[in-house]
Amino acid sequence: MNSLILTTATRALAPLLLVFSVYILLRGHNEPGGGFIGGLVAATAFALLEKAEGVARARRLLRLRPLTVAALGLGAALLAGLWGAVAKGHVLAGVWPLIEKTADGGKSGLPVGSVLLFDVGVYLVVVGAVCGVLFALEEAATALECEPDEGGAGRGGGAPKTIDQTMDRTIDRTVDGGDR
Amino acid sequence: MTDPSPAAHQARSAPPGIPGLRFLPALVAALAAAWFLGFVPAVARGEVLTWAVPWVPGLGIELAVLIDGLALAFALMITGIGAGVFLYTASYFKGDPRLTRLQALLMLFAVSMLGLVLADDAITLFVFWEGTTVTSFLLIGFDHAKKEARDKALQALLVTGLGGLALLAGLLLLGLETGTFRLSEMALMGDVLRASDLYLGILVLVLLGAFTKSAQFPFHFWLPNAMAAPTPVSAYLHSATMVKAGVYLLARLSPALGGTEVWIWTLTLVGAVTMLLASVWALRQTDLKLMLAYTTVMALGALVMFLGGGHPAAVKAAATFLIVHALYKASLFLLVGVLDKKAGSREVDALRGLAGAMPLTATLTALAALSMAGFPPFLGFIGKELKYEGALAVASEPVFVAGAAVLANALMVACAGLVAVRPFVGRTRRAPKDRPADPPVGMWLPPAVLAVLGLAFGVFPDLLLGRTLIEPIATAILGEPFALTLKLWHGINLPLLLSLLTFALGLTLYLLAPRVRRALAGAEAGGLPAAEGGYDAALSATKGVAAWQTRVIQGGRITVYLRVTFALLALLIWGAVLTGTGPWPAFDIDVPLLHWAIVGLIAVSAVAIVLTRSRLAAICALGAVGAGVAILFVLYGAIDVAMTQLLIEILVVVFIAIALLRLPRIPAGLPRRWGDAALAAALGLGVAVALVAVLGGDLGRELTAYFEANSAPEALGRNIVNVILVDFRALDTLGEIAVVVIAAVAAIAALTARRTKGRRP
Repeated sequence: MNSLILTTATRALAPLLLVFSVYILLRGHNEPGGGFIGGLVAATAFALLEKAEGVARARRLLRLRPLTVAALGLGAALLAGLWGAVAKGHVLAGVWPLIEKTADGGKSGLPVGSVLLFDVGVYLVVVGAVCGVLFALEEAATALECEPDEGGAGRGGGAPKTIDQTMDRTIDRTVDGGDR
Repeated sequence: MTDPSPAAHQARSAPPGIPGLRFLPALVAALAAAWFLGFVPAVARGEVLTWAVPWVPGLGIELAVLIDGLALAFALMITGIGAGVFLYTASYFKGDPRLTRLQALLMLFAVSMLGLVLADDAITLFVFWEGTTVTSFLLIGFDHAKKEARDKALQALLVTGLGGLALLAGLLLLGLETGTFRLSEMALMGDVLRASDLYLGILVLVLLGAFTKSAQFPFHFWLPNAMAAPTPVSAYLHSATMVKAGVYLLARLSPALGGTEVWIWTLTLVGAVTMLLASVWALRQTDLKLMLAYTTVMALGALVMFLGGGHPAAVKAAATFLIVHALYKASLFLLVGVLDKKAGSREVDALRGLAGAMPLTATLTALAALSMAGFPPFLGFIGKELKYEGALAVASEPVFVAGAAVLANALMVACAGLVAVRPFVGRTRRAPKDRPADPPVGMWLPPAVLAVLGLAFGVFPDLLLGRTLIEPIATAILGEPFALTLKLWHGINLPLLLSLLTFALGLTLYLLAPRVRRALAGAEAGGLPAAEGGYDAALSATKGVAAWQTRVIQGGRITVYLRVTFALLALLIWGAVLTGTGPWPAFDIDVPLLHWAIVGLIAVSAVAIVLTRSRLAAICALGAVGAGVAILFVLYGAIDVAMTQLLIEILVVVFIAIALLRLPRIPAGLPRRWGDAALAAALGLGVAVALVAVLGGDLGRELTAYFEANSAPEALGRNIVNVILVDFRALDTLGEIAVVVIAAVAAIAALTARRTKGRRP
């Protein structure tokens, strides 16, 4: 997709969206937001990049393979669970090392700990999974367009009579595409 | 299990390790056996030792252990014979890199089996029961490079596994009916159980479990097929221990379920038929190991038959024969393994005149076989006399049972002869190997100990066995104290005369064995129906149904998937709505005009998606529907949900655009699909009606109240949606993100697999 407006806008928007996604992630515990929504915002940023500049560039900008990002996220969430198990004796129990109890029974300090790590894990899983499927889908569709279109004539012949037939033909081509 | 080729096994040398480590399992088992021997005096005095810790306290399930005569006898067999088998295995598989895996599996099995017989809790028993099923599967399929071994392993798993499921249902019903999962407490509630309406159902389910495990007709076929396993495995699992788990279960539940007409007749008939069929087919075999396998089935049949006898004499016979059989059968299996290894064959016709070359093997085989044939002064003789005595005392049909026992025992005598006499006598030596010789000590010591025990117990039966084990076993089976004495010489009585008849008949059959075998082989070739045919038919029918329903439900076309999913969903929702009894809510129609406007926008967009022939317009309309719903969420204060909804809508449009915009334009004049429209309307209306109906019920705000109260002080977060996601219900979220990762991996694999394959042929 070669659109000058989109490309230019993306250069300004994508970094902002990424920063905003981290903000959403961090504020999530007290205000609307959180790892899931933040991850979706970041994924939107990459979808924009992919649309404006192509899959290859979007992949380069992500640096890690999407599934690696997702796996790191799952690992972080598991680690947060283990942290709770080691520190509190229950898997996934919340641990805040910087929080101290005050004299009047309240708590004070910086609420950073296993729960935030868990949320970061959710964020990474969402970014990795959405980007992975998106990039793969785009590549599959591009590969299909580059194929010489001969599938339609060979199968069934004639103009498609129903949506189903149109779909089937396209699906057949998508599935068999690489072998032709 | 990771290495598929047998050649690779042979090429690899044994892994380096601590020398003598291969004898460790035998040592552990021997120590365990010694430990269990320490319980004998207490159990012989009539004590019952118990121990329990809570496991699932909410359901009343405990990890409970009970040691009485029955459990102790099995534990001694498992550890004692286990020690012998482990020693034998270390020698039999010396230098084979697979030895470690075999020993690990055997140990795993031994632990499962011990857990099974020591368990006093029905659920504990079941867990270990399945443990033996799984380890048996792995051990039968030990030669996993062979298709035959894999098939037989699967067959054993399916037959015993299905029986296991039936058993679980039976045990759960037992637990519901008695209000306890303790087997020892169930044993005291026999009268309640026998009067219960569920009695017949419980009995059928439990018997299915026991009969499949202990290879009773018509499930007997898996046991001879299990001989695909290495010989030590057959000796241990498929003769001495695992296949007796079903017998153990029947014995254990006998006080709770036994004594009724249906119990007596089912066990007697199934046991007798199994016993007779198996002993006849034993004579048909030319492979000595298979012959022993069929005699094992015969023994299991005999045990079941006597457990159904409903008379103390029959129980005494069963208890004694349990020990007799374990001793002689394990040693005979191990000795056939010696023949296979040292003389090169297990075929009855391939071996002759080996007594000179393998004197020790010949002697030990003779000792074990004499016990099997029931000659005095071996323990087998006592076992046989007791069987006749028990048969004549059974509650059902003494003449039939005694006749069946005589016939089966005569066939046993013939088989003992074929195993112990045929390969060793004769002037000319015949064996596939050039220099047959006696095996190393590791391979003759275990069978020797077992065979000599058979003799020692026979000479001093009451002192060594009767008081120490048989009496406590019989007490456990009968559920009441039972005093008995074991004697070698009973005087001249009917059982002795039957014994003489057995020997005469057995000798005749031994001499006629080749002719009998030919006749049976002819009958088999002539299309004699076999129970295994039923298994094959059931298996292929199951596969057929699976293939058919996959074709119908998963046609590979997205419209089919959607139709099936939506139709089922609509059915479920309408079913729930129409059968629901909750009050219908007062419908508050008074909403601001703005809300109506948004609802109108959503409705118009939805109609547009369906009617437009431009894919781009359809995608835009789809986005409008999502955005409208998100705005509604905002208006009602669900900011988090609205944000998520909006972002998901954006991404969905991006995804759909990639695929749809590459499709050709929707052709004009396509017929309208009214069926799909009706389905969509049914589902949409159903969801709407269900949502309204839900408002009429009690929404259960306690959880919300709890979260609201505890979110900030406990979890240090004011956004309770997020706190629920990442703290209160973090385990759910962990599961969800795992699913997201798995789905992404699958989608990416599906999208790239074909192209990658095309690029790298």
